[in-house]
Amino acid sequence: MNARSNLAAFVAGLVFVLGLGIAGMTDPNKVLAFLDVGGHFDPSLMAVMGGGVAVCLVGYRLVLRRQRPALSHKFHLPRQTRIDARLVIGAVLFGVGWGLSGYCPGPALASVVTGAPSALVFVAAMFAGMGVFTRFQAATAAEEPVSEPDPELESTPAE
Amino acid sequence: MHAADLIRPTIGGLLVGTAAVVFLHYNGRILGVSGMAGGLLDGPQQERGFRASFLAGLLVGALALLLALPSSFGRSPASLPVLAVAGLLVGFGTRLGNGCTSGHGVCGTSRLSPRSIVATLTFIGIGMLTVFLVRKLGGGS
Repeated sequence: MNARSNLAAFVAGLVFVLGLGIAGMTDPNKVLAFLDVGGHFDPSLMAVMGGGVAVCLVGYRLVLRRQRPALSHKFHLPRQTRIDARLVIGAVLFGVGWGLSGYCPGPALASVVTGAPSALVFVAAMFAGMGVFTRFQAATAAEEPVSEPDPELESTPAE
Repeated sequence: MHAADLIRPTIGGLLVGTAAVVFLHYNGRILGVSGMAGGLLDGPQQERGFRASFLAGLLVGALALLLALPSSFGRSPASLPVLAVAGLLVGFGTRLGNGCTSGHGVCGTSRLSPRSIVATLTFIGIGMLTVFLVRKLGGGS
């Protein structure tokens, strides 16, 4: 059971990265051109999101008709609905880093295989940033003993 | 931009979406790379297996890409110190905001999640603003 769900995750990662590469997302110059609305704007990467969303809009609906996933006892979907400061500030920080580098997490991790120092430095720093967040999370949780019950305690994946 | 320039991004996007649907169908989860990577660091032990497997698939696929389609990889024009700062921001920001381009941008948007739509518009908008400012300050073309 576990081996099969790990295999499914492996296949998802494989198909996902082939999509990124074919789309051009693994070239930071192309990504920066997509973000460069005031200059050499190249909107073609919009089609990546368009294609992905088109498949998921239909596919998710079909899959969620099932009682449960094929290899797990239940669906683990994010249940947070509040648009809070963390969401927006996090997206702002991510946007700055993305615009400075042309890397978001998936393409950056994929680019590690090139051995290019730029990709290695970015990914090492990215994991460091995630580590800093883990500490920040622990510190803020300790400071706010009466914070609202965290709907994510059940370890929903990031969405 | 010509219509032909949309062929590869569209095929790529369809594959990304397919991967996300496969992941939901079998594992019952949202395909979010930042969550998958971050969860390896601080997530529960019993969830490390699928996260590590996903990342292994991503790396094996990336190697295949490097062999079959090496031109798909480009190098960031940013300097190493800037890349280090950018990496820190992306790592911290995606964990704080609970997602990145995959989890919020593709999966969450498809679920019509208001959180994901707000996050996606925010990071794309801020990304555009950042590129604009870098260009202005850097005096680039």
